[in-house]
Amino acid sequence: MGDLLLVIIILIITYTTGSIIEKNHFKKIRQREIALVKKPVVTFGKKLTTNKKIKNVELVAGEAAISGDYFKTFVSSFRNFFGGRMVSFESLMDRARREAVLRMRESAKHADIIVNVRIESAMLNSSEDTSNNQLPQVSVIAYGTAITYER
Amino acid sequence: MILTNIESVPGMKITGHCGMVSGSTVRAKNFVKDFGAGLKNIVGGELKSYTELLEEARREALDRMQQQAQKLGANAIINVRLATSAVTAGAAEVYAYGTAVKVQQIEG
Repeated sequence: MGDLLLVIIILIITYTTGSIIEKNHFKKIRQREIALVKKPVVTFGKKLTTNKKIKNVELVAGEAAISGDYFKTFVSSFRNFFGGRMVSFESLMDRARREAVLRMRESAKHADIIVNVRIESAMLNSSEDTSNNQLPQVSVIAYGTAITYER
Repeated sequence: MILTNIESVPGMKITGHCGMVSGSTVRAKNFVKDFGAGLKNIVGGELKSYTELLEEARREALDRMQQQAQKLGANAIINVRLATSAVTAGAAEVYAYGTAVKVQQIEG
């Protein structure tokens, strides 16, 4: 009985902390995206045509590693059993990707455009040991070519 | 050294190819930081130490690739790709590869 109570208390605490952190993170992501809205980011590179003189070209990248919480792990284990959308992990992936892309864009503030953006997910947990309690975490690297025009 | 992940260097023309270059690294954080990440997994949030780990790994892989290109006498690497793989828990492999080329400013 005591064990069950402890699990319920941990679930309530982690649900609260997890959702507060997630809410704040999404809020910050949205603010930063709005601030950068005038800087274009595109996923193609080959068909870039411009008459402007190019001053600088460089490779830029951004990383993010976002962790899930105990509540998400708990809920998703049920979801995994019955099948269907794992909403709690979808938001996790979304946060990690957007954060990585934002960091890449912020590291290239001087550039006019970032072309050929690629997003790569890294696995910091070994894919083999699924048996021993995998900790849910998403790590993402986003990279692209930042181009600065001559003014 | 100019790095791009598109098939050219904008504003420059390619005068010679030097072949494929690559660089890889496997890095891990110390056990204290791994333990901290384990705790973070309960409450949720960003794993700053793992973000750092990825950044270090990416820089090192790109660095090694550039050293290799320098030996070949290239001054740019085009079509750079980054790939990651799962080695073991708490470690990250970043593999960078691209084509080393010689480039020249377009006149006029």
